[in-house]
Amino acid sequence: MFEALPPAAIYLLGALIVPFLKGRVRQAFALAIPLIGLLNYTAISEGVHWTTTLLDFELILGNVDRWSLIYLNIFTVISFAGILYIINDNKALDLSAGLLYAGSAMGVVLAGDLLTMFFFWEMLTVAAVLCILSRQTPEAGKAAYRYLLVHVFGGVILLAGILIHLATGGSVAFDKIELSGVGPWLMFIGFGINCAWPVVGAWLTDTYHEASIGGVIFMATYTTKTAIFVLARCFPGEDTLLWIGMAMAIIPLIYAVIENDLRRVLAYCLINQVGFMVIGVGLGTALSLNGAAAHSYCHILYKSLLFMSIGAVIYRTGKSKATELGGLYRSMPWTCFFCCFGAASISAPFLAGFISKSMILSDAASKGTPMGTALWLVLLFAAAAVFFQAGIKVPFFAFFSRDSGIRCKEAPLNQLLAMGLVAAMCLIVGSFPNLIVYSMLPNPEASYNPYTFSHVTDQYALLLFSGLAFVLLLRAGLYPAEIRSTNVDFEVLYRRGGPVLYRVFDKVLNAANRIASALFIGVIARNVCNFFESGASRLACWIMTPVWMMQGADSEQIEDNRQAFFRIARKGALPIGITAFCAVMMLGLLSLIFLLEK
Amino acid sequence: MKPDTSNADETPGWFDRKENVRKVLAGLSIGCGVLVLIDVIFWVTGYDKHPYLKWEKWPGFYAVYGFVSCVLLTMVAKYLLRPLVMRDENFYGEKAESEEMKGGSDNV
Repeated sequence: MFEALPPAAIYLLGALIVPFLKGRVRQAFALAIPLIGLLNYTAISEGVHWTTTLLDFELILGNVDRWSLIYLNIFTVISFAGILYIINDNKALDLSAGLLYAGSAMGVVLAGDLLTMFFFWEMLTVAAVLCILSRQTPEAGKAAYRYLLVHVFGGVILLAGILIHLATGGSVAFDKIELSGVGPWLMFIGFGINCAWPVVGAWLTDTYHEASIGGVIFMATYTTKTAIFVLARCFPGEDTLLWIGMAMAIIPLIYAVIENDLRRVLAYCLINQVGFMVIGVGLGTALSLNGAAAHSYCHILYKSLLFMSIGAVIYRTGKSKATELGGLYRSMPWTCFFCCFGAASISAPFLAGFISKSMILSDAASKGTPMGTALWLVLLFAAAAVFFQAGIKVPFFAFFSRDSGIRCKEAPLNQLLAMGLVAAMCLIVGSFPNLIVYSMLPNPEASYNPYTFSHVTDQYALLLFSGLAFVLLLRAGLYPAEIRSTNVDFEVLYRRGGPVLYRVFDKVLNAANRIASALFIGVIARNVCNFFESGASRLACWIMTPVWMMQGADSEQIEDNRQAFFRIARKGALPIGITAFCAVMMLGLLSLIFLLEK
Repeated sequence: MKPDTSNADETPGWFDRKENVRKVLAGLSIGCGVLVLIDVIFWVTGYDKHPYLKWEKWPGFYAVYGFVSCVLLTMVAKYLLRPLVMRDENFYGEKAESEEMKGGSDNV
């Protein structure tokens, strides 16, 4: 068996080398990196690996346990599928951003200390910004800027939290932290920003639909799932997470109903599914934490598949809005099939989502408390409604609905292969959960069997009646028409609030700056400068004036004398006699003071 | 390049035929009916569903819950959220025309 390397190192090195390669070599190299990553994954064993020292801190690049391994597994799988999906365009920026993203996320899940975690956490932001920029539209440029601002803000909060935590005697270990005091709370909020919590998570639906078609796969896979991972590592069982999770599970879905851009619909549904995971972490039991990990795994699969299929539609048609699409099942039958497959994988039995979502639902219901029951009702509502949106609305408006008249080619072969790979994973994971996911769960002692006859029939009832509701609402004309519009969410806080804040700062701070400049530089500094430059010379002129007056000079002569003397005194070019005279006078003065003191 | 939309003379697709759409809808209705029937049989025979909550034992609970959830969601979105949050497409001052994305050059 060979010695495993830090996966982040493999991917980050790959990301650096890719831009220097060309043509087929670049394609082969970019595809080889995830394969090497997969091979490397098989050699990684549980325990602490790859440690180094920085100042007084021990940095741990490999804190490997069951938690990190299950995330590492799915991150590696999607890194391959994602790279395969974008390989035919062979753009260095896309490929590098994808590899950088994957490596950074792996760095986070393997970090054993908070500093290493923070380093890779910030690398995620860099990679995401590159993924948005690689779309190469003016809107993408602006979205990347907004993404950067929000995540730098989140990063600063997290860093402040870590530093306060360390300064108040907290451990640098990336492990369970008690949520009390300023430091842990700031860290909690810093994690929450990446986790797309309500209000602070508006960046997700504001930017994902602007990213490149490949970039959004990496974005949907890595950022929010690493956030779930860090929450599960540091704050499992926090009750606050239950309320946050409930809000995440419901509110975005209401937006999804009236959203026109299908990638934005998927982004809203992504937040909803992350809400399930947040609740899983918040419940904090062995089963619910298993559920959070398993659902991260499964959700990454089907959400990638859905983003890939809509990405393929964008690739061929240049469009992603429900108002502009429709009837594409004829032109893109395979893409349509994979989109429907991804949709079914959200929660249909024998596909990925079913085996993981139900773990969290079961754990909530088994509590027997009012909160547990409320969670169960909310999650069941969210399960039905997310299928209604991501599962029915997205495929319907893209591939069926009215015929938009668009006729295009089927997606390129590499995209179909990537979609096929992920779809196969959805099927295998869903049909044989013990084979892949359940065998990797963080708490192996908490066993779960999703496949009871009644569970399967109940789930199908939930899904088919969601479908029935869609059909009836559509036929009755009650389903909201797709309208070209902007639905304002909390991103308005920074998109509208940001410029207002800028203007306020401009008026207030710049005015204060002008006043301070006029006072300190214009008045005080100038006078002080003048004093040191010519103060002594002026003093000498004043002293000499009575002497000239005694000599009988008139005012005109005195003025001439003053100017001549001032020039000489400023340059220090006084005749030796006068200098000696002044020195004697000074000496005499000092002697007088000395005698008087005596 | 704009996608090709000159397709007036082609034959309608499978889903464009009304009878096929009717078949799909009939299939959906039958599926829904069968699932409710199974639930009723469970209830009548006293089949143990290992429920956590009492509602899970009620016949058709999941069906009704799924249906009502979706209708409720749609109504809230349409009549409450949309009037509240919907703005012009160019609300943030970005050109609507530039929504056309990169790609879309390989159409036939």
